[in-house]
Amino acid sequence: MAAATTTLVASEESGSLVLAATGEWLVATAAELDRRLRGIEVPRGRRVLLDLTGINRLDTAGAWLLLRTEHDLTARGNTVEMRNLRASFEPLIDQVRTAGFVPPARHPRPAHHTIAGFIARIGEISVGLMARAYSILGFFGVVCATAVRLLRHPRRLNITAIVAQMEQTGVNALPIVALLTFLIGIVIAYQGADYLRFYGLENYTVQLTGASIFRELGVLLTAIILAGRSGSAFTAQIGTMRINEEIDAMRTIGLDPVEVLVLPRVFGLVLTLPMLTLCANFMGIFGGGLMAWSQLGIGIPQFLNQLSTIAPWSFWIGMIKSPFFAVVIALIGCYEGFQVTGSAESVGRLTTLSVVEAIFLVIVTDAVFSIFFSSLRI
Amino acid sequence: MPDQSREPIVRVRGLVNRFGTEIVHHGLDLDVIRGEVLGVVGASGSGKSVLLRTIVGLNRPVAGRVEVFGRDILALSDTDQREIEKRWGVLFQNGALFSSLTVAQNIEVPLKEYYAMPLPLMDEIAAFKIGIVGLPEGTGEKYPSQLSGGMRKRSGLARALALDPEIVFLDEPTAGLDPIAAGDFDTLIRDLRSSLGLTVFMVTHDLDTLFSICDRVAVLVDGKVRVGTLEQLLNDDHPWIRSYFHGPRGRAVLLSASDPLAGHEIPVTAPV
Repeated sequence: MAAATTTLVASEESGSLVLAATGEWLVATAAELDRRLRGIEVPRGRRVLLDLTGINRLDTAGAWLLLRTEHDLTARGNTVEMRNLRASFEPLIDQVRTAGFVPPARHPRPAHHTIAGFIARIGEISVGLMARAYSILGFFGVVCATAVRLLRHPRRLNITAIVAQMEQTGVNALPIVALLTFLIGIVIAYQGADYLRFYGLENYTVQLTGASIFRELGVLLTAIILAGRSGSAFTAQIGTMRINEEIDAMRTIGLDPVEVLVLPRVFGLVLTLPMLTLCANFMGIFGGGLMAWSQLGIGIPQFLNQLSTIAPWSFWIGMIKSPFFAVVIALIGCYEGFQVTGSAESVGRLTTLSVVEAIFLVIVTDAVFSIFFSSLRI
Repeated sequence: MPDQSREPIVRVRGLVNRFGTEIVHHGLDLDVIRGEVLGVVGASGSGKSVLLRTIVGLNRPVAGRVEVFGRDILALSDTDQREIEKRWGVLFQNGALFSSLTVAQNIEVPLKEYYAMPLPLMDEIAAFKIGIVGLPEGTGEKYPSQLSGGMRKRSGLARALALDPEIVFLDEPTAGLDPIAAGDFDTLIRDLRSSLGLTVFMVTHDLDTLFSICDRVAVLVDGKVRVGTLEQLLNDDHPWIRSYFHGPRGRAVLLSASDPLAGHEIPVTAPV
């Protein structure tokens, strides 16, 4: 049998309109057939004969098109008769007919693309942010209350979990923190020397580098690295546990998820961030010193001498800020983990959000401390 | 149409799968014949899902040959691979729906991938696949996280059937469904088989499904399969097969399956 073209041909036959279907009526040819069907003009009230002799292959999409045509024409008032369907295709037509006509689903509403929509979105986001801030504050309260309860029953303290977190967030982060702060030390010293030389003040390079790193850069850089590294890890871990119903299982066993999951992470980070900051300060100074030696020929004794002229408060301010940054990062990371709902998209979105929020709040906290300490004239 | 009725769609020869030191399949041979419903059973850990995953190309075996539609799937070019992927559908154990898309959009993914169709037509086809698998009207707009387990499985089946495949692979389709839903699922598979000529490869633990719709059953024991009709397997003397089909649950199902009034009476467990 020669391969018939897949199409629908309209013709007249004793007063009725004959639509002869030929070829392969499959999902592969559905688009073309749909176009043909829509292009055919059927006068109202006419009797229509669907001649299906020429169909040599039929699947559910093809059957659907036939039945949809029959349905639509009947609804318009035409009488429709299907003829000459091959017997082997009858179960298929019956199955499709029984499935009925399910109306197509509406697609989710598209994003607002108008000016008014844009302003509305700004409004929605602002309100959302306030609600979120309120919720995070509440979470902070829960964590504090749980911590107090735990410290009153010190035997429940899970030292192993805390140490495990310290290894994950602290020890494993050491190489990257050391490397990055070392490089920053080099950059600050180099740029600083270059600029100060213009004023003939290059002898103050070491003080500049030291003060910046001790007071701000060491701790801030470490906090940002950890926000990216550990904050996102906390969100992803806790989020996936939410999806796997592990948190629900914990609750039914009588374990408090905050005590089991959140507190070890918070305590672990609070203990490791200051230690990492110490390391960061050291590496930053080391990098700075290396640059000072190579650019300005400052030897070790002179270098240490100049370092000692930096006010000790610079160092202590940096160290004091570190546990606060740790609390912010761990809190946000865990909070967003608990916000995860059942989808992969949700995990990705909230992990990103957790890192951005943590970095934002760390810098805001830094600014607050800055104002605080400068008002104390330190 | 040429008579392909007894030709194997899937042909597995000498399959060896190993994970670490554990050998899961020891030179397994299996044929899946066009138009049949093949149930695949075995103890937990016997490698049923691994077998299914190997046949659909998700797992590379250590040794052996797997042919689907007469082509060696371990040595396919990308174009040939796509051609084969159009002709099969896979239902994973938990539905495996894409979580950021609605059910209707999920069903449209294969349509969009292989055929250039206007969106309204795709919407219609998706809606009607939803109807065919027996899901209620509003399901298309819902996201997978809003569905119950049974509805997720049916949605997964609707997506597996989107391109009217010649063979569907089902991984424990009735696991976790209530008996009515499981029975409906069996009926659905039977109807699809008779109207579409669908071949079904079904990994299952469900004895009721095995007895009611499977033409043949492949039992995975000792790293190989023993295939036969249920009558043949009921007379098999392998110890695991005997306890599978003749244990208390097996006998309860046998009793209700052979009873002409089955479906109208509650099956009674035979005395041990």
